[in-house]
Amino acid sequence: MTTPAVRLTGVTKDFGPVHAVRGIDLELAQGEVVAFLGPNGAGKTTTIDMILGLSQPTSGAAEVLGMAPRQAVAHGLVSAVMQTGGLIKDLTVRETVEYTASLFADTLPVDRALENAGITAIADRKVGKCSGGEQQRLRFAMALLPDPALLLLDEPTTGMDVEGRRTFWSAIRQDAEKGRTVLFATHYLEEADQYADRIVLISQGRIVADGSGAEIRALAEGRTVRATWPRETGEPDHAALAALPGVDQVDVRGEQVLVHAAKQGASDEVARFLLTRTPARDLEITSKNLEEAFLSLTAGAEQTQEATR
Amino acid sequence: MSAMTPAGTPAATPAATPAANDVPARRVPPLGAFNVTLLRIELFRMLRNRRTIVFTLVLPAALLLTVGNQDGWDDKAGAGNVAAYILISMALYGAALTAAATGSMVAMERALGWSRQLRLTPLHPIAYILTKALVALCMGALAIAMVNLVGVLQGRAVMPTGVWVGAAFVTLFCTMTFAALGVFIGYLVPGENAMQILGPGLALLSFLGGVFIPIDQYAEVVRQVAYWTPMYGVAEVARSPLTHELPWFAIVNAVGWFAVFVLGAAWRMSKDTARV
Repeated sequence: MTTPAVRLTGVTKDFGPVHAVRGIDLELAQGEVVAFLGPNGAGKTTTIDMILGLSQPTSGAAEVLGMAPRQAVAHGLVSAVMQTGGLIKDLTVRETVEYTASLFADTLPVDRALENAGITAIADRKVGKCSGGEQQRLRFAMALLPDPALLLLDEPTTGMDVEGRRTFWSAIRQDAEKGRTVLFATHYLEEADQYADRIVLISQGRIVADGSGAEIRALAEGRTVRATWPRETGEPDHAALAALPGVDQVDVRGEQVLVHAAKQGASDEVARFLLTRTPARDLEITSKNLEEAFLSLTAGAEQTQEATR
Repeated sequence: MSAMTPAGTPAATPAATPAANDVPARRVPPLGAFNVTLLRIELFRMLRNRRTIVFTLVLPAALLLTVGNQDGWDDKAGAGNVAAYILISMALYGAALTAAATGSMVAMERALGWSRQLRLTPLHPIAYILTKALVALCMGALAIAMVNLVGVLQGRAVMPTGVWVGAAFVTLFCTMTFAALGVFIGYLVPGENAMQILGPGLALLSFLGGVFIPIDQYAEVVRQVAYWTPMYGVAEVARSPLTHELPWFAIVNAVGWFAVFVLGAAWRMSKDTARV
């Protein structure tokens, strides 16, 4: 039972000259609910495609429950609800579920799958006549047919209202307690924070942060002290700043020094240190909310990457 | 129920057997997940489609009733009469059109994202294509049966029973060429437009290939072109049980075009999966 549900080792993916994924190492334990958080174009969908074996990594390896991704799909161990997955309009809801069920060696009974997804009443309706929400339920019914050990969801709650989202996630969590691993891509920070055990923050094809919601939030709590360190006075003393109590992140961007302190009061100490013991001036203390933390983390990766070009 | 589970919400799944994370207990379906349920659903889906029914059943039968009415229907032609010759030709046309329509649905399903959805299941691409090919064959058989039935009811076609049955089977075999053509065109022309090309295109090829009008009634120049077109070969092959005539270049034509369309379809499909 110690086989990781997903293991990505040095995975990269290029589309011609575009580097969509630039080297991801990731291991998901069984039963974890993990959010794959990042802005559009960060490489979330590309990574999920590789976990499903829909595309091959340019370099590195993807493994699902100790198997090659396509093998795991053939065993019915992985399912997904993808943004791009289409449905045939002239099949009925029941036929669509029946069709999908016939493709797996072990599957839930069709009636049970319909009932679980709450679509028994519309079972005989043509898929083309179903609303967007009903079609989404149908997709879930199809994905849950093989009782997958790993469920991948690409922006699963797009278009759902708040109550819908809550009910959806409580169902997902219930299944996770029985050992199902869930990896969901989202660009909603709140959703990742509320419903995932673990958040993997991805930007520009790289993982920029990985931790519990609380850990990610800690990056957002506290304050950031920003100061100008004139170039003529030499390089900022990175080590000394990082060694100050309560400091968890030091960024140097040209003449700008950004010191983040999570603990209360720590930012005062940082400010005192900067003004009395260093040539820094032009000091500014700001607090970030979650959204800003997210943006600064993802923008940070962008700048690092600009620098490496 | 719906009050409890708003849009898109799956209720908790009761554990199926075997348990979700019991990896060794999970099996791979045999034959790349090819199965009868799949075949049944696909077939019923085709039979429900009004446009398909018009192509498959109504159009060839109507053509037979009109074209079959021309003067000289009772003249001798091979082992039977001209009406029999027309009957076999119309059955071929109907079956080819139906098979092409079925084939082009592969591309339509790809455009809809259904092919991608299927890639999240154990269904092997070869099993998928095999299913589509069998559905195309079944629909082609239906078209052939319909034309033959109308021919019998019309009571004009005369040929030995062996020829009748033999020609029907050879015709069915020939329709695979057009199923492949349908897949090929479907990939070249995305979405629903494929049928708008295949419909008139096949009619034109049928005229050229001597399906509607015997090829020896054409001017020399037209005939020389016609020998190279895809309908000519299969039409000669399909009618050979009746005519007892089968020039070698007709066989080359039939085999050649079959190879071209199958390779073309395979080529487009392989390029497609590489991109997805």
